[in-house]
Amino acid sequence: MKTEIIAAGFGGQGVLSMGKILAYAGLIDDLEVTWMPSYGPEQRGGTANVTVVISDKPISSPVLDSYDTAVVLNQQSLDKFEPKVKPGGSLIYDPYGIHRLPTRTDINIYPVAAMDAAMELKSAKSYNMIILGALLKINPIVSIESVMTGLKKTLPERHHHLLPANREAISRGMELI
Amino acid sequence: MKAEDIKLDENKIYCRPTLLNDTTMHYCPGCSHGVVHKLVAEVIEEMGQKDNAIGVAPVGCAVFAYNYIDIDWIEAAHGRAPAVATGAKRLNPERLVFTYQGDGDLAAIGTAETIHAANRGENIAIIFVNNAIYGMTGGQMAPTTLIGQKTATTPYGRRVDLNGHPLKISNLLAELEGTCYVTRQTVHTPAAVRKAKAAIRKAFENSLAGNGTSVVEIVGTCNSGWKLTPDQANKWMEENMIPFYPLGDLKNNSQK
Amino acid sequence: MKEEVKLMKGNEAIAHAAVRYGCDGYFGYPITPQSEVLETLEALMPWETTGMVVLQAESEVASINMVYGGASTGKAVMTSSSSPGISLMQEGMSYIAAGELPALVVNVMRGGPGLGTIQPSQSDYFQATKGGGHGDYHYIVLAPSTVQEMADFVALGFDLAFKYRTPAMLLADGIVGQMMEKVVLPEPRPRRTAEEIARQCPWAVTGNPSDRKPNVLTTLELESDKMEVNNRRLQATYRQIEQNEVRYQEYFTDDAEVVFVAFGSIARICLKAIEDARGQGIKVGLLRPITLWPFPTEEISRLANRVKGMMVVELNAGQMIEDVKLAVEGRVPVYHYGRMGGVIPNPQEVFDATLSHFPFLKK
Repeated sequence: MKTEIIAAGFGGQGVLSMGKILAYAGLIDDLEVTWMPSYGPEQRGGTANVTVVISDKPISSPVLDSYDTAVVLNQQSLDKFEPKVKPGGSLIYDPYGIHRLPTRTDINIYPVAAMDAAMELKSAKSYNMIILGALLKINPIVSIESVMTGLKKTLPERHHHLLPANREAISRGMELI
Repeated sequence: MKAEDIKLDENKIYCRPTLLNDTTMHYCPGCSHGVVHKLVAEVIEEMGQKDNAIGVAPVGCAVFAYNYIDIDWIEAAHGRAPAVATGAKRLNPERLVFTYQGDGDLAAIGTAETIHAANRGENIAIIFVNNAIYGMTGGQMAPTTLIGQKTATTPYGRRVDLNGHPLKISNLLAELEGTCYVTRQTVHTPAAVRKAKAAIRKAFENSLAGNGTSVVEIVGTCNSGWKLTPDQANKWMEENMIPFYPLGDLKNNSQK
Repeated sequence: MKEEVKLMKGNEAIAHAAVRYGCDGYFGYPITPQSEVLETLEALMPWETTGMVVLQAESEVASINMVYGGASTGKAVMTSSSSPGISLMQEGMSYIAAGELPALVVNVMRGGPGLGTIQPSQSDYFQATKGGGHGDYHYIVLAPSTVQEMADFVALGFDLAFKYRTPAMLLADGIVGQMMEKVVLPEPRPRRTAEEIARQCPWAVTGNPSDRKPNVLTTLELESDKMEVNNRRLQATYRQIEQNEVRYQEYFTDDAEVVFVAFGSIARICLKAIEDARGQGIKVGLLRPITLWPFPTEEISRLANRVKGMMVVELNAGQMIEDVKLAVEGRVPVYHYGRMGGVIPNPQEVFDATLSHFPFLKK
């Protein structure tokens, strides 16, 4: 079992930390993981992306040319990564702000209105967790329990009161699929 | 006292410091470095720091300081002595760590290292010999060369429009919060030598007490570079150097 | 054991490994893409636990000279930077090599020349393996390709540095510095005591010569005959290192028709290309030099007797290929595929380039 994922969007949408949570959950599930970010000025408002590989075998390259799943959260990322989804793979996108829709027919396409859902939850910060919920519904690479354990371990104690809200956001994301 | 009694130990009033090696120095006759070396050796000895001192030697005339003073030494790259001393001192905080640098080393190529070590208040002493010229490489202009002073690279005299101004680096260092003691001395008269020695001792004591960085500038002569006899050089220094680089303490917060 | 498995960036792993190694001091200056080394060390506050000194210097020039000063006293000291900063350190590297001082320098390479880019590159291979500064010298160069190796090579680098009294470099790049992976951190070991330093490093400028003659650490020797003796001593050490410390890893080379030679993170991209090729029945393999100096010349020479060609893949315009060609001595064709300026090739691209040079591989 090996899953190769790209997550891309605007800096601040939380794609890097979503990838990190995913990778950390993989670690808890005793899987091999790599997390390779784009770094630098992209982190400060431009387009950010992260490649996450989760596998039950050692991972060779952390840099890839095609992906099982692409999570794209802006037009630029959709344009860039739609062609790079493997046939039969998945493309998850948020229609918010998207004017040119994906066109491929050999992949599974999932619009996830996460921005709307985040506004309903009145929590912009829960955005990436809604996306993560959707991703895990489509492809349960790691268990939700491991995601929550990972969050608990990586979040400082003072933020632990946010754990239920994160769990709720994941559930909300799963409902959107 | 009979003439032969002069050799008796009890009649001895002066001797070579035991830490000053019995090696012929490469310094030119009349150069200030020899006296400053002697003072450093004497102070280390008198403070009982022989087995607790690390000297950091520069590039410049004093590059061979390690051949003359019998303690542990590190020879630094040009200008880097304060950084080297920072590394040595931070990792060996109980040691007496000092640099011995000339004007080119400290105030030109090593300005950044000097200012930042002093600004961090590294507990090191900096012995800075300012003779307004590059002696080792054959008498070129130093950052401290005076206006109008002739050197190999200012053959018609230093000009402000071409070469900028002589750098009063000690005044600059005295402004920094990290320095506790900045003083300017000379070694061209017996009285000056005594004062310079007291200054070096104070600097070393500050380092051991953890008071911050101490800087002892010694305005010195370079009669070879200045193309003067030793006697003329002393006179030239008094008439030209000291008015521009006035002697005395620029800062003394030693009693912390 | 499972508790000890961590998820972290290569740069963070270096910082943790340094503290656990019993490193005495780190001196560094921020530069992307390696600033996490200093940041992590400052957050770990090792001065409160092991007594390790951590200092942000005013420049890379100062950093490397602080390393020189600390290493002179027999302490285990290190710095880290990225390409432009490492260029600034070349003077100090030459002094540290000449002074026969153990020290660890980490270069998380980014694209050059000049200010270049902050994206990953391997274009400092020449600088790292041929000396870099002035004079005839080398230092041991280790090329980590995983976060685990970033952690492990800290101890390996220090141990080799002390064994041979030479600086060692961890030559990483922005990929392995920035990526997160699972890592098992080494067991903590205590810092060396003053007694151990006195015993292991009798040359050290400890400032306490009570039971020995004073030690002087200098790289200056104006008498040519004596300076040549110093050079010969350095060269003798280098021959010993070349004999004893060559490290590399081979993958699928047993029946390979074409062998990739690649180091660091790019070796992993090649490995992915090889996995894909093997899936199509194409016989390609990989030799990954772990030590770039000393270089695995003998093993590459041995491979040259039984493969049809070699493919050197680097994040540069062709640097390591020169050493591969010296090892191959013209017996089989050696081609290069490289990307520059921070561009990372993907496995498909590497595979396509290989097929274009070795069309017989196509089934």
